[in-house]
Amino acid sequence: MKEDKKTLQRMLDGQLPWEQLKPIIGDHKDPNRFDAIIEILQEKLNWKEPIILPLHEHLYIVSKNGERIVKCDCGYEFGDYRINWKTKCKIRVRDTFEAIEELYPKDMGCDPEWEELREYFCPGCFSLLDVEAVPPGYPVIFNFLPEIDVFYENWLGRKPPDKE
Amino acid sequence: MESKNIGWNGKSLKSMLEESEKLLEDKKSYYGIEHLSLKEENPFRYERAYASLRGALVSARETALHVAASPIVTEIGELCFGLYTPEGDSIAVSTGILVHIHTMSEGIKFMIREGYEENPTINQGDIFLNNDPQCGNVHTTDVQTLIPIFWEEELIGWAGGVTHQIDIGGITPGHTLVSSIQRFDDGAYYTCLKIGSNDKIWRDHMISAKKAVRSPMYWELDEKCRLAGNLMIRDAVFEFIEREGIEYYKKFIREAIEEGRQILQKRVKERLIPGRYRASSFMDLPMKHQAWVPLAKENRISNHPLEIIVKEDGKFSVSFDGASAGGANAFNCDKGAMEGGQWVLLTQVLIYGDKVNDGAYYAVEKNYPLGSWANPGDPYLSYQAPWGNLIPAYTAMMKCLSYGLFARGFREEVVPGYGFTGDSIQGGGIFNAGPLKGERWMLSTFEISGQGLGASAVRDGLNWGYAMWNPESDLGDVETWELFQGGIPYLSRKVKPNVAGFGKYRGGGNYGSVAFIANSEKVEFFAGREGLVFHGSGGMHGGYPNSTSYRLQATNTNLAEIFQNKQDYPISDDDTRNGEFERFLEGDIERKPYGTIYPISLHNYDIIHFSESGGPGYGDPLERKLESIKQDLDDGLYTPETVNNVFGVVAKYEKTTKEWEIDVEESTKHREEIKKEREEKSMNFEEFWKYERKKITEGELSEHVNRMYSESLKLSKTWSKEFKEFWKFPEDFQMGGD
Ligand SMILES: [Zn+2]
Repeated sequence: MKEDKKTLQRMLDGQLPWEQLKPIIGDHKDPNRFDAIIEILQEKLNWKEPIILPLHEHLYIVSKNGERIVKCDCGYEFGDYRINWKTKCKIRVRDTFEAIEELYPKDMGCDPEWEELREYFCPGCFSLLDVEAVPPGYPVIFNFLPEIDVFYENWLGRKPPDKE
Repeated sequence: MESKNIGWNGKSLKSMLEESEKLLEDKKSYYGIEHLSLKEENPFRYERAYASLRGALVSARETALHVAASPIVTEIGELCFGLYTPEGDSIAVSTGILVHIHTMSEGIKFMIREGYEENPTINQGDIFLNNDPQCGNVHTTDVQTLIPIFWEEELIGWAGGVTHQIDIGGITPGHTLVSSIQRFDDGAYYTCLKIGSNDKIWRDHMISAKKAVRSPMYWELDEKCRLAGNLMIRDAVFEFIEREGIEYYKKFIREAIEEGRQILQKRVKERLIPGRYRASSFMDLPMKHQAWVPLAKENRISNHPLEIIVKEDGKFSVSFDGASAGGANAFNCDKGAMEGGQWVLLTQVLIYGDKVNDGAYYAVEKNYPLGSWANPGDPYLSYQAPWGNLIPAYTAMMKCLSYGLFARGFREEVVPGYGFTGDSIQGGGIFNAGPLKGERWMLSTFEISGQGLGASAVRDGLNWGYAMWNPESDLGDVETWELFQGGIPYLSRKVKPNVAGFGKYRGGGNYGSVAFIANSEKVEFFAGREGLVFHGSGGMHGGYPNSTSYRLQATNTNLAEIFQNKQDYPISDDDTRNGEFERFLEGDIERKPYGTIYPISLHNYDIIHFSESGGPGYGDPLERKLESIKQDLDDGLYTPETVNNVFGVVAKYEKTTKEWEIDVEESTKHREEIKKEREEKSMNFEEFWKYERKKITEGELSEHVNRMYSESLKLSKTWSKEFKEFWKFPEDFQMGGD
């Protein structure tokens, strides 16, 4: 069964009540979902580069001048998708009790001697893109590096949008 | 004794197992099956056959838990059953604590590899008992009963059942003992032991086993429960064979597993994206000033770096390369624990609803590095509370799979993690008054079965309703827990504010409880949960981790007087700086910032507060809808301070309507201010890199963080190489103090 576009739009906006969301979670998945979501997302964006893969609530791998780059919905460009976009972010490190207790009640956050919070912001719109809770000195984690060509060519059986 | 082969067509079990492994290796499918011919020939018969076995397992579980069982088992269903092939691969499973389905598989394979066929021999009616983590179990507290199923002269399968015990006779009363540091502290060990024949448990075993635990009555009930369920499964298998024929059965069980394997690969291709996924989680063990034995007196933080590679063919690998070391603590995991945890999450994220069996296990490659907490390679360590590492570590698997689900458009399936099912306040005491005077009571609250689930990318996380090890989790009724932990009645259980991970969609919320010691003496109390680090790998796409645990206890209180005078007593700890404990109570009030504590003594009228875990959040909290924030305030899930500082929302309580009101204009302004503050207080990556690197090079790291890196660098060449490359350290770099 092909999913209704309006329903998907409402789901993306967090507007679907549980009674409608539950069957979507429980039922077989619509094989058209990937294309349907990209269509909705592309319409919402203020820029025209074609989405190759939605990466994040705010970030997309897009095709620009023959390159695959990570781009924020605000328009900020993070560069080559094979390089961790977090290394292009503005970063706040909360590594004192004072800074941690701005967010968490006393005793309900980490101890900065054991762990710190790192907040990764988009340099364009200052949306919070990621929070890492890691011991001091931990290398920045590169969460997801997709195999775009394998995905399109071998799994979807077609060329990626930038090679069509 | 005369021994003859009990496998199919005169083969030994060992040769059947070897053949199965070789076929998987050579043909890349279960038992070398190329076509699901039974399914293709008659899909109706095939599906009916599977449903009948599955139904028999569910029904065996439902019946057995009412025949006889301890309160943990009856109340929240801490048991499950499985049907296995002669080689020990699960074909179908019941509902319940599914983490144990694959663990029993390892137990059966252990018996086969060790030559049980010749000695002690395997016969119709034999009963085997196992709780050894070296043979597939998670920890000694989970006890397995396995029975072989014969048709005429051949072994055609195994039935297995697991229950979780309240006490296993370890170093202290309870079931997940944090003070255990070696095998000999872990309690009773049964290493695939034959304990009965002709469907009867031997009397000498039962006498000895009951003496090995502190809750002998529950032990006996649970042994009977597991055996009863297994015998029902055996009967169902006989009925199946009478209906479908033995040849159909033999072919069917292998096809069902191969179908399970294929389903996982199909699901992966349907829902994920090929590529590399990574997330890391951590766990604190603050034992420097707590442990009793010199060897264990150190603060430890464990590193759980997870990498999943989803391959072109839909198979994937799960690797904990870079994990820090195992050691003299209770949190070591052996293979059974690692496999069980992984398998139970796969059944929830990818393979629910279809043929849930060991086929999924065969579609995943695993790497648990030798010497790490995930595979210490030393049977003499303690494996008493592997959950301490296992539960946080596998949040990373959910998070990794969620990156793929998100990118593929299945945002409703995203779950960055779950709360730690770890605040199992534990211990026990002896009644010194009342009708049960002189009797022991055990504390092992299974309220832990109801944790907060992580938010998804389209909605908030489930409140107080999730346990990673049991897809049907249920926190049970307070009244039932009080029945068998009568020495520590509840004063309250209410929503605990600020435990839900912050985000555009918040993580699930949870409760906090207050309880006091009554009519008792010799009371020991301990608990295990994260506290100095956040649980698991935290939130996703800008969501925050749920709050950490802490311990609050009040001793030498005036509670008796308060009761006498009918005054107010504390029912919560909403404000950790100056809460109800301070306002309503006299006595020594202490909050410890960590969650794992060694046993302490408590006395009548001492009070404890404990809270279950929230779930991690998803997305930037500044994007949370204002009406959702109002609901959070009305539900008591967040305090106005948190709403203001984290979500940038200004609200005030309207006394006349008894509801919170959001100031939309002020909130919009405040959110802009927070964005400005983000800009002012953040650095670019180069600055960040220098700032963090200095912590390593200038000796700013604590002893335990330093040790964690040393261990990971020593145990993995790959992790070590990436660490050094990231910080631009020379190849021969070592952590300070090495
Ligand atoms: Zn942006």
